[in-house]
Amino acid sequence: MEFFSISLLNGLSYGLMLFMLSSGLTLIFSMMGVLNFAHASFYMLGAYFAYALSTSIGYWPALFIAPLAAGLLGALFEQVCLRRVHRFGNVPELLITFGLSYLVLEVVQLVWGRNVVPYGLPEQLQGPLFTLYGTQFPKSRAFIMLVAVLMLGGIWLVLTRTRIGLIIQAALTHPDTVQALGHNVPRVFMLVFGGGAALAALAGVVAGNTYVTEPAMAYAVGSIIFVVVVVGGMGSLAGAFLASLLIGVVQTFAVAIDTSLADLLRVIGVQVASGNPLEQALRLTVSQIAPMLPYLFMVLILIFRPRGLMGTRED
Amino acid sequence: MHFTIKMMAACAALACAGAAFAQSGQTVKIAMIEGLSGPMGPVGTNQLKSWQYVAEHLNAAENPAGIKFEVVPMDSKSSPQEALNLLKSAVDQGIRYVAQGNGSNVGVPLSDAVGKSNERNPGKEVVYINYAAVDPALTNEKCNYWHFRFDADTSMKMAALTSFMKDQKNIHKVYLVNQNYSHGHQVSKYFKEGIERNRPDVKIVGDDFVALGQVKDFAPYVAKIKAAGADTLVTGSWGQDFTLLVKAMNDAGFNIPIYAYYPSVSGTPTALAQGKETDVYQIAYGHSNYSGRTRELADGFKAKYNDDLYTLSIYNAMMALSDAMAKAKSTDPVKVAAALQGLRFKGFNGEDAQMRATDHQLQMGMWISKWQKVDAKNTYNVENTGYTFAPVKYLEPFVASTPTSCQMKRPS
Repeated sequence: MEFFSISLLNGLSYGLMLFMLSSGLTLIFSMMGVLNFAHASFYMLGAYFAYALSTSIGYWPALFIAPLAAGLLGALFEQVCLRRVHRFGNVPELLITFGLSYLVLEVVQLVWGRNVVPYGLPEQLQGPLFTLYGTQFPKSRAFIMLVAVLMLGGIWLVLTRTRIGLIIQAALTHPDTVQALGHNVPRVFMLVFGGGAALAALAGVVAGNTYVTEPAMAYAVGSIIFVVVVVGGMGSLAGAFLASLLIGVVQTFAVAIDTSLADLLRVIGVQVASGNPLEQALRLTVSQIAPMLPYLFMVLILIFRPRGLMGTRED
Repeated sequence: MHFTIKMMAACAALACAGAAFAQSGQTVKIAMIEGLSGPMGPVGTNQLKSWQYVAEHLNAAENPAGIKFEVVPMDSKSSPQEALNLLKSAVDQGIRYVAQGNGSNVGVPLSDAVGKSNERNPGKEVVYINYAAVDPALTNEKCNYWHFRFDADTSMKMAALTSFMKDQKNIHKVYLVNQNYSHGHQVSKYFKEGIERNRPDVKIVGDDFVALGQVKDFAPYVAKIKAAGADTLVTGSWGQDFTLLVKAMNDAGFNIPIYAYYPSVSGTPTALAQGKETDVYQIAYGHSNYSGRTRELADGFKAKYNDDLYTLSIYNAMMALSDAMAKAKSTDPVKVAAALQGLRFKGFNGEDAQMRATDHQLQMGMWISKWQKVDAKNTYNVENTGYTFAPVKYLEPFVASTPTSCQMKRPS
């Protein structure tokens, strides 16, 4: 029970962090049709900005300023670069975000070095929040969960209860009509791109000091957020939410399972002889392949339900 | 006429004398091929500074061969493939000594590549100084004439550690967490063998392998260790993989005794100091509280870089190299490698060390040290945490020594 509840909490906090990252990505994709390869770079920028700011003005102001700064950079990138290549089609758009991810990585390494930076937790977030069956649950992880839930509520309110949200929703499916009605659709795009970048940066601010802030952090989550978006369904926020939690929880629990295919075979009476060419593969335990599971899941989803868990598009 | 002959003879004699000290005044470049960036970057960076600091120190004073060392850093990003490319570039630049330590996953292919490169490029031989890669394979089934190891291999460390554990009565259930590559698997294998011999009553309740430098959140592992009912953790992990594991244990408030290879490596002491006080034992060829010259070096290093000089094998490697160069009267790697075999020299603490000729594994004593607050006797402040690794038990070289199966192919 102790193991189950603590692992569930760990899985949920990791899953919610993934959701903060992927919500922006899925919004940008569904609106602009741009698969933003640089999305995780904004996550990294958020962490580094917050690290730099927290050494001078403290963590709490940084929590707000760092995502705003990253969001502004995102909006600027959309207006200056992305908009220009938009008319050349999808591939140049993809390539330019790909290029941006390299650029950000190099700049971060130039400014802050190639090693881990000492981005620590503020005093208020250090220590355990509560003790469950003898295991402590740290405040920092609870804070990630809180921020993610607030963010989810915030996005939902903005998208469904405000004018700009209505325009964004309309522009998702009928950009030309929205433009014809006199709305500035490119500006809406810029806003969504900047907003998405800011959300990723916010994830970076809260995850950077709970986990590690280093140049490899963008690469480490870069592929997993695409999995979240594909599994959840391209453009579906609810899907991204579901997929994030699912992947977070599955990955956390998989670590604890030491069963291998060979064990399963033994149950049905088949022994794997040593020297069998497949022995190594059959003896891999679930915990060893835990990092691979999300990708396996993605492949299965693409085969059996290409539109994702909650996706609406059939193409 | 007679005069001329005499002159020529005198000149020849002088030339001979000159040749006798031909190595004197030369600069010997050592390419340090190491992961200097990425997750394991802090460790490599600390060791680069260590190499440079010890080189400066030896250049200034006590180098018996009268040569100057120059350390050339090459960032392998901890990748074996990258390291092999850097080896080629070092050979092309005319560098004849390469040093590497972090990761037997790099060490094994590098040793192999050095052997092949030397076979193919006579006259451009390279000596590989291994100062930290501890996979026993490097001095057993995969031993190589051009490879010299200055750290103690896992078979030695585990023999010493498990014999120490014999008297630790509160160990009952051990959990193993190691990095998923040759080194981690060897730690697990040799620990199981050793504990079976020394403490057959101890149960191993878990044996996990994590991808090297990839896992950023060890909380799921800590939950698993706790659920397994472990009372002791044994790990050969190093750098970020160990630091984050300790961090996750602190977060969960689960601090069981740890027996480890690398608790004094960059970053980990700080994490240890942040947790509840617990027993942490280090098995290594050294500890943090030497007196004399080793202490002077450590203090000087701290004054210069505000960092710890924990890789003392670097000092041994440089001492052995300069002794061998003095003995060979040359900096030619072929002659120096021959002179290194069986070489006896004074190690960092004035203790005797010998490079075993059969497998090129340095024979030296081992230390068990314990994490504790700095006190009057143990004064070195590790990572400015107020803690230190205090020596607990010393094992003489003949105790720590393990047999080898090496069948070395030597150049004729």
